[in-house]
Formats: sequence, C-alpha cells, structure tokens
Amino acid sequence: MDPLFFLLFAFIAVACGVNVVLQKHPISSALSLVAVMASLAVLYLLQGAEFIAMAQMIVYAGAIMVLFIFVIMLLNAGTEETKGRSWMALIFGVPAIIGLLGSLAYFMQTGMPKLGEVKFGDWKGGGAYEVGYALFTQYLLPFEVTSVLILIAIVGAIVLARKELD
Amino acid sequence: MPANFTPSNSDLLRFLPETILIAAGTLMMVLDPFLSKSKPKFFGHLSILAFIAALLAAVAANGDPGFAYSNLLIVDGFATYFRILVITIGIFAVFSSYHYLDREKAETSEYHALILFAVSGQCLMAASNDLIMIFIGLEISSIASYVLAGYLRHDKRNNEAALKYFLLGSFATGFLLYGVALVYGITGSTKLNEIHTALAAPGVSLVMVSVAAALMIIGLGFKVSGAPFQMWAPDVYQGAPAPVSAFLATAPKAAAFAIFLRIFVTAFQPVASSWEPILWVMALLSMTIGNFAALTQTNVKRMLGYSSIAHAGYILVALTSRSEIGTTAAMFYLAAYALMNIGAFAVVIHMAGKGETNVQISDLAGLGKKQPFTAALLTIFVLSLIGVPLTGGFFGKFYIFRAALESNLVWLAILGLLNSAVAAYYYLRLLVVMYMHDPSEATEALEPLTPGLRTALVLPAIGTFILGVLPGFVLNFARDAAGIGK
Repeated sequence: MDPLFFLLFAFIAVACGVNVVLQKHPISSALSLVAVMASLAVLYLLQGAEFIAMAQMIVYAGAIMVLFIFVIMLLNAGTEETKGRSWMALIFGVPAIIGLLGSLAYFMQTGMPKLGEVKFGDWKGGGAYEVGYALFTQYLLPFEVTSVLILIAIVGAIVLARKELD
Repeated sequence: MPANFTPSNSDLLRFLPETILIAAGTLMMVLDPFLSKSKPKFFGHLSILAFIAALLAAVAANGDPGFAYSNLLIVDGFATYFRILVITIGIFAVFSSYHYLDREKAETSEYHALILFAVSGQCLMAASNDLIMIFIGLEISSIASYVLAGYLRHDKRNNEAALKYFLLGSFATGFLLYGVALVYGITGSTKLNEIHTALAAPGVSLVMVSVAAALMIIGLGFKVSGAPFQMWAPDVYQGAPAPVSAFLATAPKAAAFAIFLRIFVTAFQPVASSWEPILWVMALLSMTIGNFAALTQTNVKRMLGYSSIAHAGYILVALTSRSEIGTTAAMFYLAAYALMNIGAFAVVIHMAGKGETNVQISDLAGLGKKQPFTAALLTIFVLSLIGVPLTGGFFGKFYIFRAALESNLVWLAILGLLNSAVAAYYYLRLLVVMYMHDPSEATEALEPLTPGLRTALVLPAIGTFILGVLPGFVLNFARDAAGIGK
C-alpha cells in the first residue's frame, strides 16, 4: 500500500504545484498551494516524520496560507492579465526546465545510495519527543540562531513598510 | 540518552563575537524609542563599541580553537581571519555612514542594527562547519542586506536595488539549498568534515556529487557576484545608498568567499578535479565581463560595481588553483580588496551630496585642486585597485597569479594579467578627470570632509599602504590559517 499512497500524493503535489503557476487568479493559485502543502504533509507522514507532518499542516497549510489569502484579499488582486508572452521563454525555458529536471531525476536514480524501501511505522525518529530532543541538544545553535533570522525579517518589514510619523 | 542542555564554557567563548553583535543589535531596538530623536549619533557610537568588543572576542576565541556546539561551529585561524575582516569592514561602514544618514535625514537605529546583524551572520558563516549553519548565517546576512539596499525607501533607485537583490538573491539561495539537500542525500551528513570523509570513501557516485557541487556553485557564484551570475551587482551597487554599497561590495562578498573556500577546500576536496573546469570558466568570464563592461560606465558607483565583478574573478582564479597557496592568496586579496573598495566608496559618499545627485565620473573633475587631501587618498585606492606596487592590490594580484602559475594554470594567469591591463584604463580615467580637468559644479560646492568620513578614508588608506609595503603580518596569518583541508 505504501508505494501506492506515495505515488498518489506525489502526483497530487506535482500536479497542484504546476497548477499554482498556471492559474490566472491569485486565489486559485493559493488554494492549489494548500493542496501541495497538504500532500507534502502526507509524504512526510509516510516516512514516519509525524512531527514534521503535523507542523507542515498547522504552520504551512494553516497559518501561512491564511495569511497569503488575507493579503490577496486586502490587495484585492484580480485576474492576471497576460499580454505578449515571451517566445524566447517558451522556446528556451521549457526545454531547459525539462532537461534540468530530467537529468536530475536520472542522476538521482543512478547516483544516490540505495537504502531500501521505507515502510510506514518502521522508523520512530520523527515524533515530537525525538525532534524536540534533537533541537535542544545537537541542533541547539541553529534553533536559537533562527530566531535572529526571524527578528531581522521583522525589523526589515518595519523599516520598509512603516509610515512616517512626522 | 544523556541530557546535556547547557552549552559548555568553550562553546560560549567560541560563539562570543556573534553573541555580542546580536545583543548590541537587539539593544538598539530597545533604545530606539527613547534616543532616536534626541541622539541620532548614539547608535553609531554604540555599534562601533560593539564591533570593537566583538573583535576582541574573536581574538580571544582564537586562543582556544576547536569545534563548538556539537561540531556545528569551528573556530580556527581561517574563521578568525574572516571574522576580523568582516568586523573591520563593519566598523568602516559605520564611520562612513554618520554624515550620510544625517544628510538624508534617515533613521539611524535600524540602520546600525541591521549592519550589526548582517556582520553577525557573516561571522557565523566564517566559523561554520555545517551546511545548515552556513545557510542560516547566509540568510541572516542576505536579508539584512536586502533591507539595507532599500533603506531610503522614498528613493526609487533604492527600491529598484532592493527588489532586484531580493528576488535574484532568493532564487540563488534556492539553488544552494537544493545542492545542500543532494549532498545530504549522498553522504548522510551536513557537517563539512563528515562530508569530506564520506566522499573520500570508495564507491561514491561522482556524477551525483558533481551535480550537487554545480548547484552549490550557482548559489555561491551569485553571492560572490561571479559571472554568469553577476547581473545584479552593478544595479544593486548603483541603486543602494552609497555607504550600503560600500558595505555590500565588501563584507557579504568576503563572507561568501569564506564559505566558498571552506566548502570546496574541505568537504568537496576529494572530488576537486571535477569542479576545476567550472571555476576556470567562471573566473575568466567574471574578469572579462567585469572589466570590459566597466570601460564604458559614466556612473562611479556602477563602475565600481563592474570592477567588483572583475575582482571576484581574480579571487576565483586563486580558488581554481586548488592549493594552499591559492587559499592564502584569496584570503590576502579579500583583505586588500575590502580596504581599497571601502575607501573608494567613501570618496563617492563624500562627493554624492544630498539625494546622491553627484555620482558621475565627470563630477569628480577638479577634485585635485579643490580638496587635494581627498584626491590623494582616492589616488591611493585607485592605484591599489589597478595593482600598482607599494599598494595592497599589487601583492594581492601577485600572490594570486603566482598561485595560478604554480598550479599550471598558465593560460588563466596570462588572461588575468591582460585583464588587469584593461582595468588600468578605466581606473586611470578617474585620476585624469580628478587632476587634469577644471573643477565641476559638484567639486566647487563640496563641503569639507567630516570626521567620520575622514576616518573611513584615512584608516583604509593606511591599511592599503601597509599591505603593500609590509604584507608579511597579514600574509603569515593567512598562510597559517589556509590549511583548512587538513
């Protein structure tokens, strides 16, 4: 069953990912992105990463996408107008993308070490306890330093978006 | 599992420079509401104090070298060299922006806090032994840089610079992350020394490693503005506020070269022969595109932008040579480049005037008559950028091309030297305009040098001169630190 679930949700993720780009209305793109996030969560779960799967659902599919949609509605963004699509992009861009992804897929198939099949429930390193333990011991420094990164993002948003008070 | 939640004393000491910078930046955010109106200069003074404290901490940490935080950080001579370099650049960036921020009536607290945060990220990059830490440090430095590039947000040129830098920078980071993910997939580790061990073992797919290395070269090539990923550099350096351009052209580039060297000399060293041709082409393209595009520029900031691409090319020549001498040469050149570029940009800051109206080469006309002291300092920086003997730039180029010759990269060395000759033309044009032409309106109305700018001009000039006459001290430090692959 596991490979079937993997194929199903991997297909949904890729199809919705393409749809994000193809849709003309921003809300449709945002909703496709929700589907990408949700199917990624299932893929994480299939590998036994329970905590990441839940975080993916709550943080990405929940919180961040709601913010996305709020912003789209606040800006009142309408349907995208397309005029004069670039032929250069079509002629060179599409084959380049196919070539890049195709060769990456090929190299990954041939070059990556084969570690056997993943079965749901086999691996128990992805629960909240294990992830929390790793974050506060082995990965303490990146965990703490990420807070600086977020602080800078906040300061930057304020610097670029504030109103002059005087 | 034995729980060890508290870092040891040596962990704390080895992370002290970053801690000081981050704490000072956060302190500024707290003090901002009380002091930003009454004492705008206070924040600059505070950040200089923080930089000096961090500099001392970096030197103290070097007395106790080793890994920290479960091998995520490494403090060695290499890390200390780049920490000292980026902190010094930070100090000059602060000195050169006092008057500028005052002239443009900009907020000072956030500006200095962002510079402090950016430098803390760059120090972190210099001392990382792990791809995750490298990524976080790089993002701290990059996001602060994007915001700084658009700091005067009512200025359209600033907006353009920030947006371009942000979009292209995020895209490049994506490539770097993809490379990191592949490396983790191949080796099962993100720690550089463990990656080295895993790649040196037999049976590793070299094709896959090369793909990962190529993706990381795209990401890092963008950050060091090496061709063909150099498009953003002239636009950003031209559009950003002049002191920010001075900072962006030096500190993030030095830190990016630090991780470039560390990743490729330690982790990817077992597969070095596969990335040499890529770097060869990148080095040649960067030198050629940078120098030839700079020939036709009329805007000084844009010209310095193209020249910084060319200088990235020279440093890539040192990387291509894949030897300890090459690493030493790259480290020495980055120090010399930082000093001369900060100095040259400081003159641009001085000349620019309110709203940066006077940034054309023709605006420099007659500077030699009106302000001989400023003109003399700019002459030192320009001569160093050309690579004339008795300046830091000369020894920098000398060591780089010697490293290339010793690694049998004869053609690359010859093409590099020809490029230096082309570069001399557009640099000398600055001197001709400055000394041979009659004073322009801009130089007629020029104010005298402010104390902050004078410091940001005189100290780099002294540094450039010392590197050119007595390169031994810095060179020995770099040579002792260059053995990171061992």
